Amino acid sequence: MAELHHDNHGHTAEVHIDHHHDHEHDHHHEQSFISKYIFTEDHKTIGKQFLFMGLMWAFLGGAMSVIFRLQLGFPDLSLEFLRPIIGTWVNETGKLGQEPYLALVTMHGTIMVFFVLTAGLSGTFSNFLIPLQIGARDMASGFLNMLSFWFFFAASVIMFASLFLETGPASGGWVIYPPLSALPEAVPGSGAGMTFWLVSMTLFIASSLLGSINYITTVINLRTKGMSFSRLPLTIWAFFLTAIIGILSFPVLFAAALLLVFDRSFGTSFYLSEIYIGGKALHHVGGSAILYQHLFWFLGHPEVYIVLLPALGITSEIIATNARKPIFGYRAMVGSMIGIAVLSFIVWAHHMFVTGMNPFLGTVFMLLTLIIAVPSAVKAFNYITTLWRGNIIFTPAMLFSIGLVSVFISGGVTGIVLGNNALDIQLHDTYFVVAHFHIVMGSASFFGFMAGVYHWFPKMFGRMMDEKLGYVHFWCTFIGIYLVFFPMHYIGIAGFPRRYYSFSTFDAFKTFSDLNMFISAAAIFTFSAQALFAFNFVYSIFRGRLAPMNPWNSNTLEWTTKNPGHGNWVGEIPHVHRWAYDYNKPDADKDGFGDYIPQYVPLTETPNSNLEHEAELVKQEKKVAH
Amino acid sequence: MSYFVWGLIAVMIIAILLMLFRIQSLVSILRSSNEEVGTSNKVNGALMLIVPILGTIAGVWSFLEAKKHFLPEASSVHGKATDSLFWTTMTVITLMFVITNAVLFWFAYKYQYQKGRKVSFFHDNTRLEVFWTIVPAVIMAVLVFAGARVWSDTMMNEPKKGEAEIVEIMGKQFGWQVRYPGADKQLGKYNFRLIDDSAGNEFGIDFEDKNSEDDFVGTKMYIPVGKPVTLKIRARDVLHSVFLPHFRVKMDAVPGMPTHFSFTPTKTTVQMRQELGNNNFNYELACTEVCGKGHFAMRMIVEVVEQEEYEKWYAEQTPLLKDKPEFKGKGMGTLRKKNLAINENK
Repeated sequence: MAELHHDNHGHTAEVHIDHHHDHEHDHHHEQSFISKYIFTEDHKTIGKQFLFMGLMWAFLGGAMSVIFRLQLGFPDLSLEFLRPIIGTWVNETGKLGQEPYLALVTMHGTIMVFFVLTAGLSGTFSNFLIPLQIGARDMASGFLNMLSFWFFFAASVIMFASLFLETGPASGGWVIYPPLSALPEAVPGSGAGMTFWLVSMTLFIASSLLGSINYITTVINLRTKGMSFSRLPLTIWAFFLTAIIGILSFPVLFAAALLLVFDRSFGTSFYLSEIYIGGKALHHVGGSAILYQHLFWFLGHPEVYIVLLPALGITSEIIATNARKPIFGYRAMVGSMIGIAVLSFIVWAHHMFVTGMNPFLGTVFMLLTLIIAVPSAVKAFNYITTLWRGNIIFTPAMLFSIGLVSVFISGGVTGIVLGNNALDIQLHDTYFVVAHFHIVMGSASFFGFMAGVYHWFPKMFGRMMDEKLGYVHFWCTFIGIYLVFFPMHYIGIAGFPRRYYSFSTFDAFKTFSDLNMFISAAAIFTFSAQALFAFNFVYSIFRGRLAPMNPWNSNTLEWTTKNPGHGNWVGEIPHVHRWAYDYNKPDADKDGFGDYIPQYVPLTETPNSNLEHEAELVKQEKKVAH
Repeated sequence: MSYFVWGLIAVMIIAILLMLFRIQSLVSILRSSNEEVGTSNKVNGALMLIVPILGTIAGVWSFLEAKKHFLPEASSVHGKATDSLFWTTMTVITLMFVITNAVLFWFAYKYQYQKGRKVSFFHDNTRLEVFWTIVPAVIMAVLVFAGARVWSDTMMNEPKKGEAEIVEIMGKQFGWQVRYPGADKQLGKYNFRLIDDSAGNEFGIDFEDKNSEDDFVGTKMYIPVGKPVTLKIRARDVLHSVFLPHFRVKMDAVPGMPTHFSFTPTKTTVQMRQELGNNNFNYELACTEVCGKGHFAMRMIVEVVEQEEYEKWYAEQTPLLKDKPEFKGKGMGTLRKKNLAINENK
């Protein structure tokens, strides 16, 4: 019944041809291959470009972690078999070198945080979904949007190239703390590798800012008629707030990087002071290494939410759709996202409790940090309540969304421990931290990413992904993630510091070699399971089953168009008359609808199911009409 | 040859998997034409129950196994408070973790698709929202309060002047060195420009300062039990971080910005050896801020001894100046003169 109705309305839109848009959206001329697929200004294609690039980086970043996990879990294993791939990073004794180990750890972090979970996740879905879900023909500036991708591409090329430098890529940890990152004498990766890192990240920041400014402008200005802020799907709210966070915090990282460039190349002393290295005292005095950390974490902490919020937004949408129930507490969801966005800017120094900063400041940052747990908890409770008394269909996207809620909670609660400065003294820079952020930030965002791909794949490629493979992929990944990261808490409680090449030097850290082996085995298993996804993804693009227009019976606007190409809708853009979560609305059947009422359906057509305030709206509309 | 065989086997396995996949997808197309939501939904629903239950069992078992390898009870006064706060917090969050995850997966299982199930259009409830905003807020407030107390006891409760033993610890690539103030209990001045590894002044001690004359250095740390110890922490090349896992002590070592940490050890090394039944036990000091290739090997042994033993040992140490009499009277003034002379010659 719903499908039928859908057709009635979806197609009436095509009858009214909007003459204003005729000139801009005349598609009779053929676009060349280059302008259609490479230097494209169409947000959908740009979204896919981000997706492909992000997935490639995800594969590379994951593979790197497997290599260093081999070293940590199987320290006696000969890695000669990797020589064809990583060359001299395997030393004469057949082991991974110590400096290459640090390089791998650094690159894994940089790639995953920035290239996969920022560009790959937000880049893909903000681009693809914002115009489609708010009812816009494209982004506010297609050209800037194109630049955004190509800046990312350039950043990627440079970062990738740095892997092949003789002195290796940056290897001071993804946070690149100076003086280590400023002094090539300290670690070879701080030579050319660090220069490449800084250039690459500068381009990346430009890409991120171009993207963000576009997302914000588009959401504010290009919403279709009736799409008020209070009717925006939560995905859009999440992308919108993410973009605002990005635009306010990335420039600070740029400043931090710029000062580092000055220190490295032009002899300034912003971060350097009183250093004796390589047998001589350097001229730098008066700088502060801690200043860099403040600047870095002023981005670094909001960055956590830059990767997390889009995943949460995606999850909200998918959980509501597949539980066939409205999202619980829409306003609270928006409110807590705004709360998280604001608070994310004033908690950064919890990464620095033991840097020697004023202890009073430590107390202030602990207080602010633990406050952020409240909106996060509200979000988790609301997801759970959305499932309550729903009618859940387990699509692979839904599985990943439920998985996200689980890891979001599991990783979130350990944040309460680490945010407590008294406890952070012992746990700082141990595996407890590694476990915490890999679960709450890494896994949760990755799950959001996967959920998004499974859910919007039919929209992107017009075909369905194989569900069964998706199920197996989910369960392997979900179980694998817990097997990898849950035991890391134990290792952290036992005091094992992170970024250690080997645990054989210390008596205190010799225990748990079995557990480290187990973690490595689990990591290899989890990584291998991603092959299921890779196969499913590539295969389905070409051979998947053709997708119906609205495969998940969803309410949002992107499912009302048949992807006509640039411009999104043939004819007029649909108008919006209600929020995106009218699933299983009481009495909808009396209005001729099934278990969902899409956003474009006017309230006047659903007199039976309208709620009180909606009935009120209808009256007002009628008055205006008269 | 063997590569070839393995390659062949791999290709065959992949071919078989592909065939299975193809058959599976064709079968599912046939099936799904007459079924709206397939049996897979039930399988996934069941897994929503089975996986968390098995996970809980695995979690409990692994915790009990892992517990044996956790660090022994803290050997410092503040460390005991840290530990009790840690385990209290862990109990609270484990409860939160178990309850919320249990509810999540129970709902996922219970409300899996059933034809004709009545779904409730439950989208807002202010009371409920207020309730679960306040509950975490209260829990957080309690934890913040408890944390702030332990933190201020640990970090803001500086021992009075003369009350604590002063030990300077300096990190460099890749090792730690300690300096003691000697008989006068006053550490002498230093300057990074005076560091000269080949001559033997790794700390850059300024010997124009009289306080430096009795300072002695070493690569093993001795500290007395039951008395506050203040570590004066610095680094001379890149960031390092002093980590004493058994004492729950950690503080970064920053070039150009000296830091410090005060704590009171409660058990001697000998006592720990007896308690743990391990004659090879040693307190260890590790680096926890990535500092390059040898980061993982920056180990220093810390020996906690009885007060009398400590004083005896302390008195026996030879000042650096005694071993290197050539340093006498040399410091920043000498260096400035030397640099001036070099400049004039230019």
